[in-house]
Amino acid sequence: MTSTQALPAPPTQSRRGGRPRPPRRSRTGLGRPWVALGFLLPTILYVVAFFGYPIYYNLSMSLRDFTVRSFYTGEAPFVGLDNYTAVISDPVFGQTVLNTVLFTVGSLFFQFVIGLALAVFFRHNFPLSGLLRSLLLLPWLLPLVVSGALWKWILAQDYGVLNQTLEGLALVSSPVPWLTSTEWALISVTLVNVWIGIPFNMVILYGGLQAIPESLYEAAFLDGAGPWQAFRNVTLPLLRPVIAVVLMLGLVYTIKVFDVIMVLTGGGPAQASETLTTWSYALSFDEFAFGQGAAVGNLLIVVALVFALIYLRSVRRSMKEEQ
Amino acid sequence: MNTSTTAGQPPVPPSPRRHLLALGALTSAAAMVLSGCASESGDGTSASTTITELDYYTDEQGSAAWHEALSTCENQTGVTVERQEVPPDQMLQQVLQQVGSNSLPDLIFIDNPQLQQVAETGALTPLSDYTIDTEGYYDSITEAGTYEGQLYGLAPGVNGLALFYNKTYFQEAGIEPPTTWEELSSAAAELTTGDRYGLAFSAIDGEEGTWQFLPFFWSNGAQLDELDSPEAVEALGYVTGLVEEGSVSSSVLEWNQNDVADQFVAGHTAMMVNGSWNLARLQEEQELDYGVVPIPVPEAGDEPVVALGGEVGAIPATDPESQEAAAQVLDCLLSPDVLMDWSSSHAYVPAREELAQTMAEDNEQMAPFVEEVATARSRTSELGSSYPDTSSALIKAVQSALVGDQSPAEALATAQESVAGES
Repeated sequence: MTSTQALPAPPTQSRRGGRPRPPRRSRTGLGRPWVALGFLLPTILYVVAFFGYPIYYNLSMSLRDFTVRSFYTGEAPFVGLDNYTAVISDPVFGQTVLNTVLFTVGSLFFQFVIGLALAVFFRHNFPLSGLLRSLLLLPWLLPLVVSGALWKWILAQDYGVLNQTLEGLALVSSPVPWLTSTEWALISVTLVNVWIGIPFNMVILYGGLQAIPESLYEAAFLDGAGPWQAFRNVTLPLLRPVIAVVLMLGLVYTIKVFDVIMVLTGGGPAQASETLTTWSYALSFDEFAFGQGAAVGNLLIVVALVFALIYLRSVRRSMKEEQ
Repeated sequence: MNTSTTAGQPPVPPSPRRHLLALGALTSAAAMVLSGCASESGDGTSASTTITELDYYTDEQGSAAWHEALSTCENQTGVTVERQEVPPDQMLQQVLQQVGSNSLPDLIFIDNPQLQQVAETGALTPLSDYTIDTEGYYDSITEAGTYEGQLYGLAPGVNGLALFYNKTYFQEAGIEPPTTWEELSSAAAELTTGDRYGLAFSAIDGEEGTWQFLPFFWSNGAQLDELDSPEAVEALGYVTGLVEEGSVSSSVLEWNQNDVADQFVAGHTAMMVNGSWNLARLQEEQELDYGVVPIPVPEAGDEPVVALGGEVGAIPATDPESQEAAAQVLDCLLSPDVLMDWSSSHAYVPAREELAQTMAEDNEQMAPFVEEVATARSRTSELGSSYPDTSSALIKAVQSALVGDQSPAEALATAQESVAGES
């Protein structure tokens, strides 16, 4: 800011011709602080109103005894960290955190591995590959609630398509209680979330693969590298920045998954598939412990924020590397 | 203005146009903010003869029946009613949001155990402020609408749970509809075949699941303030047994009451525990031959105690004129003729005792429901506005026992602990 401000009057055609400057020079019109501010202000207002205020409100809510009455009277006594201690000492907390970790790690791992495999697969053009690739995007295009409702129908215990098929093929002797047993519920919701997440991973990784020059592979093959070695020594290292982006975004997306679980199991049965998001919802809207619900929500924000910062740092580093 | 002149010339001097752009962005943002405010303040000044009403009768038959009752009352009172509908599970959130933003409709019809929650906020006005006839109602109904000694809500009709049974299957097996727990479990076991279960109910997480379990819980003498009493453990043990024996599918954990009715209509279950409002729907199933009996009780001679269901009408504090208009509409909805018509078409039990008796005499299938309303209990009568905590703990215990995670005794002890820990 200050350096551009110090520059002489706005550029004119004659000056530019006379004194060669880097192309950046032509943007000096923006250097006037109030013009820059004029452009920034709508964004700042937007961010403050739609992100800043809710986060502030959530934080303040988590430090208060916020009941249904508080909505009308606005009275909510300050209770310090009571909500946080109540949440953390709740017997459900440990289970919920474990579920969230298992769900996130499981989803990320399989989404990524399958997404990468598909991306590499589609790297080679073959008849109908374009059509197939776009069909694979479908899960991404469907509204999550629709996917959830469909899978609920597929996974239904007694008359679900999956169990009928498995029984028809004599792979199982009795119907698998996909959504109605504590052993299967978390696995089932993770499975569905993997299915939903594969297209995202595939698309981004496919984009990254396109950026790798074909000549490098040719060189590698000339040097006698097999397909596996080419993948390990050419594809993976060059794809690393993209992989970092995919994993980091995937993590932030997955940790906040709510709709899929809500539609499929509602966090049940007996909280077997409860994650921090569904628990926060249940605390706020089933038990009306709005303060505790907000506290859980804030814990989630902190976790997501930490990973978002790591992501931003890695992006900045890779941008520097490119320069 | 000057865009046409500058458009064709490649070297555009940057700053003046960008000023305009930035200014434009700012003013449009400001305009958006302003128009947002304007439309909100517009609501309050609408004509006094128009009121807004919020309900959750979103199912086909229920919505049509309610629409008809409202139009009758529009004609009788001269007040125009603008109706808003939300799905049942979003009702309370919607209302609480509106409480927070002071934008409640003039008349709301809310599930009776939620009334206490809303009344607790202070956003409702007591019905004694208006000239509304409150005589002749079942005690349990006025109890459900009462918060801290004041009557805030009244229901035109109520409902309860009873046992629906498929007459065809019962005739094939040559057995009579069950009246006790023992008969229920043996009938359920006998009617279970390869592709059919004996009994279905809903044990879904949430209020719906609690409401379905309460008839077993209360009929056995258990109380909501002691979730781990021997009576409670016995009741949960009984229900868990039905699932363990295979007479009831473990899918009940994810079925809501509509799903249960679907199973019954499709012939996948021989009996179901469900509410009277299903009669309106089952009537359309010509093929289905079914009957209704009261919920079976633990021992012969016991009285079934079901939870009182139904929506109560309440008048939020808005402005005096709208409140008065809303009171007129509510009074009309509660008047015997309208109440009776609506109850019949939505298959609800009229909330006025006398009318309910008339209905029981005319309609054989409604009779068990009418009979049960006499002993039905309001869910909030024991615990008031702290009921949701207990309800939530109870259904979690039910689920935990049904999936075999914990024994009924352990599950209920955990539930009691979590409730006691919070209060």
